[in-house]
Amino acid sequence: MSPLPQARLEALHARYRGTVYPLPGPLWRGRLFWIGFTACFLAASAHLGLSPLRFWAGLGDLGIIAGQMWPPTHKGFLPEYLGALGETLAIAFLGTLAASLISLPLGFLGARNVIPNWLIHFSLRRGLDVVRGVDVLVWALIFVSVVGLGPFAGILAIAFNDTGVLAKIYAEAIENADRKASEAVRAAGGDEADVARLAILPQVFPVLISNSLYFFEANTRSATILGVVGAGGIGYFLADRIRVSAWSDAAFIILLILPTVAMIDVLSRWLRRLALGR
Amino acid sequence: MTAASGTVARIEALRSAEMRRKRGWTLLFGAILALLVALSAYQGEVSWSKLVNGLPRLGTYIGRILPDLSLRSLGPDLADWMWNLPTWLSLLFDTLLIAFVSTVMGAVIGFFLSFPATRNLGFGPVTAQVVRRFLELLRTVPELVFALFFVFAFGLGPMAGVLAITLHTAGVLGKMFAEINETVSDRSLEGIVAAGATRDQVIRLGVVPQVAPAFISYVLLRFEINVRAASVIGFVGAGGIGQELMFVINQFIYHDISAILALLILTVALVDIVSEAIRHRIISSEVAHVPAAASQA
Repeated sequence: MSPLPQARLEALHARYRGTVYPLPGPLWRGRLFWIGFTACFLAASAHLGLSPLRFWAGLGDLGIIAGQMWPPTHKGFLPEYLGALGETLAIAFLGTLAASLISLPLGFLGARNVIPNWLIHFSLRRGLDVVRGVDVLVWALIFVSVVGLGPFAGILAIAFNDTGVLAKIYAEAIENADRKASEAVRAAGGDEADVARLAILPQVFPVLISNSLYFFEANTRSATILGVVGAGGIGYFLADRIRVSAWSDAAFIILLILPTVAMIDVLSRWLRRLALGR
Repeated sequence: MTAASGTVARIEALRSAEMRRKRGWTLLFGAILALLVALSAYQGEVSWSKLVNGLPRLGTYIGRILPDLSLRSLGPDLADWMWNLPTWLSLLFDTLLIAFVSTVMGAVIGFFLSFPATRNLGFGPVTAQVVRRFLELLRTVPELVFALFFVFAFGLGPMAGVLAITLHTAGVLGKMFAEINETVSDRSLEGIVAAGATRDQVIRLGVVPQVAPAFISYVLLRFEINVRAASVIGFVGAGGIGQELMFVINQFIYHDISAILALLILTVALVDIVSEAIRHRIISSEVAHVPAAASQA
């Protein structure tokens, strides 16, 4: 197939404006957008002090680090590392469990079909937004200064942060529950508590469990770095080894973390499928 | 009469058997859960006394960080609370820039890696597997760990933070982009192949126009997440508001803690609102696959 002759293209363009060649208006609007976007990107990079020169210089150092990471060693600290890894899992587990338990009543309170009062609904949702707006590491740092160094601060931080997200998801799941079951319980003479327990909870329970498991997965990842701010877990050792430039030890710890996270992912995916009955 | 009561008895028997079976499962799961809680509580050094002592202290802490604002002198009180506003705003601006630059760079890397990671574009299963494992490595290592390494290699400052978030973003977006690529309809691709296009032309003219709206939507979503990440990357000295926030929390400068947190929450909320508005406009203007849910990874 040979391309159309120029004269034919011109004729087509005159007839179907904007299909053969773009119109100058949209064309330049698109070009200007990308020129502006690139300018913004370059200006932002310059403001942050990014430069190719620094990048190449740093890359050399990074290469040296990578070279010293092999072979990974534990220098006899394996029991400590495994203990810290267990602590990480414990933080994620207890944090998620606590958040789920707190989110359950909050979810019912925040659901419009259970509590029709818009004031409670609105203030609860905004409160949860505030909790959600800040990274879990900030809460961890704050809880460290409230209850002291250690995994307890990490558990509280995860519980607090996840309540902000889980309560909202729980509330939405409860709002989406089929209301026919609620009407049946009411018709049989049940009060609001009976409706919540016998009509809504059985419907939403699998969804709640599945979401909590998903958060357990995500929390296992965040719990690995809580130790950087002193809130327990393997992150403490990792940050410490990197600070003293013990690269092979750091590599060993990372090689411990990666399969653990992958294992929790597989386990949680299996349990989620079980909970949803699929 | 006896037949009816026999049926009732049979149903009753079935019901109680079912109840027993269910109770058995509940007990089993309850026992496993209790065991896990006990183990975790031991490993996580949780104790009742810590909980009872700790929670009231949280109340005291919140009471201390809240600013003294009164209606009669609201202006001066606010000025007193936000005494360091220019510095904080400039740090927040840096934080936004870190999120912006790293989202763009991560999206570009993810974009180019997503095509070899797509199984049905003819790059071969081995390439797809290798690229996918590489992307997985990028997104499994937390940003903060990358940042710890990069602070050492590139020095303190935003550059380490930008590169750390870039790598993580590339890992997440590359995987998502590849998944979107696999949903592209084969018909339009066949049309382009039939017209004699090379693989690059198929990607440029067949895949990209179809996936662009979904890509942009995911990039914006990632930008929202990266603003939060950029706000804590300073904890390890990699730029943004994080370093200042860590300083005031560790030094117990109570009113500054609430001031910075308020500004941070406001910024994050603003970014979320703007980004959500843009995403809705893109989704409503183009008929494209809409991201089902925000990824938490």
